[in-house]
Amino acid sequence: MSDDIRNPDRKMTLQMVAPESRHEQAYKYYLRKNVVPLVFLILCILGGYYSGLSLPFLINEIITRMARNSFIVISLIVPILAGMGLNFGIVLGAMAGQFGYVATANFQMTGFTGFFVTVLITVPLAIIFGWLTGKLFNQSKGKEMITGIILGFFANGIYQLILLYFMGNIIPIRVPTMLLSTGIGIRNTIDIKGMHYAIDNLWKIRLQIPGFIFPIIIPVVTLAALAALCIAVHFLFKTKLGQEFRATGQNRQIAEVAGIKVDRIRILAIIFSTVLAGIGQVIFLQNLGNINTYGSHVQVGTFAVAAILIGGASVTKATISQALLGTLLFHTLFIVSPLAGKNLIGDAMIGEYFRVFITYGVIGVALALHAWQAKQKRR
Amino acid sequence: MTGPRLEMKNITKEYFGNKVLKGINISVQPGEVHAIVGENGAGKSTLMNILFGMPVIHNTGGYKGKITFNGSSAPISSPEEAMEMGIGMVHQEFMLLPGFTIMENIKLNREPTLPNIWSSIFGEKMRTLDIPRMRRDAKAALERLDLNIDEMLQVAGLPVGFMQFVEIARELDKTSLQLLVLDEPTAVLTENDAETLLKSVRRMANEGISVLFITHRLDEVLSVADRITVLRDGEQVATMNPSEATVEKLAELMVGRKIKSILHKDREADSDRNTQPLLSIKNLHVQMPGEEVNGVDLEVMPGEILGLGGLAGHGKIGVANGIMGFYPASGEITVKGKQIPLNSSIASLNSGMAFVSEDRRGVGLLLEESVEMNIIVQAMQSQGKFLKRRIIEMMDAKTARKHTDRMIKDLDIRCTGPEQLTRRLSGGNQQKVCIAKALTLEPNILFVSEPTRGIDVGAKRLILDLLVELNRKSGVTIVMTSSELSELRSICDRIAIIYKGRLEGILSPDESNAKYGLMMAGALAHKRKAAS
Repeated sequence: MSDDIRNPDRKMTLQMVAPESRHEQAYKYYLRKNVVPLVFLILCILGGYYSGLSLPFLINEIITRMARNSFIVISLIVPILAGMGLNFGIVLGAMAGQFGYVATANFQMTGFTGFFVTVLITVPLAIIFGWLTGKLFNQSKGKEMITGIILGFFANGIYQLILLYFMGNIIPIRVPTMLLSTGIGIRNTIDIKGMHYAIDNLWKIRLQIPGFIFPIIIPVVTLAALAALCIAVHFLFKTKLGQEFRATGQNRQIAEVAGIKVDRIRILAIIFSTVLAGIGQVIFLQNLGNINTYGSHVQVGTFAVAAILIGGASVTKATISQALLGTLLFHTLFIVSPLAGKNLIGDAMIGEYFRVFITYGVIGVALALHAWQAKQKRR
Repeated sequence: MTGPRLEMKNITKEYFGNKVLKGINISVQPGEVHAIVGENGAGKSTLMNILFGMPVIHNTGGYKGKITFNGSSAPISSPEEAMEMGIGMVHQEFMLLPGFTIMENIKLNREPTLPNIWSSIFGEKMRTLDIPRMRRDAKAALERLDLNIDEMLQVAGLPVGFMQFVEIARELDKTSLQLLVLDEPTAVLTENDAETLLKSVRRMANEGISVLFITHRLDEVLSVADRITVLRDGEQVATMNPSEATVEKLAELMVGRKIKSILHKDREADSDRNTQPLLSIKNLHVQMPGEEVNGVDLEVMPGEILGLGGLAGHGKIGVANGIMGFYPASGEITVKGKQIPLNSSIASLNSGMAFVSEDRRGVGLLLEESVEMNIIVQAMQSQGKFLKRRIIEMMDAKTARKHTDRMIKDLDIRCTGPEQLTRRLSGGNQQKVCIAKALTLEPNILFVSEPTRGIDVGAKRLILDLLVELNRKSGVTIVMTSSELSELRSICDRIAIIYKGRLEGILSPDESNAKYGLMMAGALAHKRKAAS
């Protein structure tokens, strides 16, 4: 390739590959490009078969998990396209969501109103967190991912300080059952039963499949919100701002020379991501109905990252369909692997181990591939 | 419009006390093609960076002098400002986004947009891109360059020639464009493409756009320019009309220096004592990005200092790197009649060759290690020196220290002692450590690349003297690569000029400036092509 470019006698025409080999190449290219989702598709099918779960149960579980997890996964797209890699900093967005719930639980709000107020509290918090994260990432260009992971750990410390020490102490809490018996610090779980299924239950469609007892339940509003988000992200990349995200992601320096305010764009990308993750966490928790105060947010980053990577995204490229496909495959594996492990080997833990192994393995492989590709490019 | 479009008066620029521009005066009329010629490092790019308000200028203390644009004073402080005023620049390294289409690149950050509901709430940035109009504009700009290409193609796979045109199309598309700066636009182009480009440059000039054309291809300058300015070492040596200029005259002006030819005189007598080449290179190809070598044949005689010269990007640096196995290479290398396998640093080292890299701080030194460790590490690894056997192999600290002390004394390395970290040393002393490291291998042939790059003037002399002394006293054959012709001419016995990855010719250091200039600009290669 490089030889070709430098060769001074080369005519100024684009090289064309012969059509047959082109087809074959396209086929191979397609396979190589989609090898990760394909492997996981096979794993899911095998796992689904050996788990012995009934189809409606499986479908119900998948729909539930898609509805509650996709939001967070999609929040990763903007930073990836803005060239900042996988935003592990979405953990801060999740924390913003949980702060929102602590507030609404404290005011004993319920139903859709409670949910809505939680979102209203979460968004400004997430904007502030995103802005700070973006500032930090601008100081560590090219190392956003590791910075994001460590930032997550650090923020977790502050989160714990606020919830364990400040709440009930400096910050008054009205509901005594939320606090530990000493009166200081929030309990391990926060009960948000009042907001359980706050938007899932707004409108549910039950589909009866002939031959099965259980119907398939579709939470229409949650899925509609997800669809709206997909359309919004799609639209975003058709706008001037989206073009600036993409230009910055391709090459910071060139974008800068073209007059794009790169640092601002990068901060904006992280704010987008953090806010979406915050709303995503609020949706996620309303489906669960309780909050694991010191645990719910911890793995949000790794799980979302693993999901989008399984969908075939890379550190530099991601699409909405990859995010959705990844969420589908990742969570199907979540559902089936413990049962499949139990049925195959007689131990549910084996399946569980396998899933955890895959989660981190996928992230590791994706990052290694990215480093390798970057090295190839440099040559 | 009357009066010049651009005037740069008495422009001076210093980088850390090192004057790189010394009072340049340039004036460009509307519709004028003004060529700026000069060797690498003559200050052409710095001058253009000043004109374009690049951050690198302002981060290093700014410049002195006055720039007027269309009659009003214009202290340009950022690229955006320059662009707003109507100055466009095509950079030497491409400023294109590989993953974008041609059209997206041409319209980058100047995309036409359409309003929508969201843009009325969230502002301008949420406007939708007007893709059909982007395509139309891009098409029009490409057509002005006589280029028939699908504007929806991705830039990533395009041949280099096309990329150059896309860059120019992008500047042309800016309706306010009044002055276009082309930084060595033909350096990567084939003859045909270059011709097309020159034609479009003329056409732009006829439309009233002023063009600043930076190049070192002299024949092009004569055919396209209305005025020619020659820079050398940051000085403006001449400004003339093409009618007064010839290729020879320009070449002489470009290279000309008073050369202190001090050392090679005493050598004439014994130069023919040995006719067997020590190192012979046949058909060497090296894939070093930016410095590719495409088939060099060269013979190095024992005991000589051979210079490798040429302009940047033509492959002179690739030769030594290829032979030493730093970049993928093919061809045939024989040392004393024995063939050496390529692509293996160890094989090259074992055959008695050593290399002082041009990348002193990257490849040459372990910056976080002591002077001593830097000097002995390579010999320890490749030749097993400074080791002793006590059940397991261990470093022999005593002999290592003795050797280091001797090197420090012999090469006069100014340091606090063998323990000092090399990061703390000055550039000249770092270079001496690099040379000491190579000498510890006791090489027959020493490759030295850009030994004086980034070293202040006094230390330069010391390094060169050191090389000569090594050659005379220890009989080490030296192959020295340098961008500074004067330096090569002051110590080398023969100088090989590399042009476009091939050997253009070998000159004696006494040859005239004009001849050097012509050879470096590839006059022979052009002539050969014309003849065939």
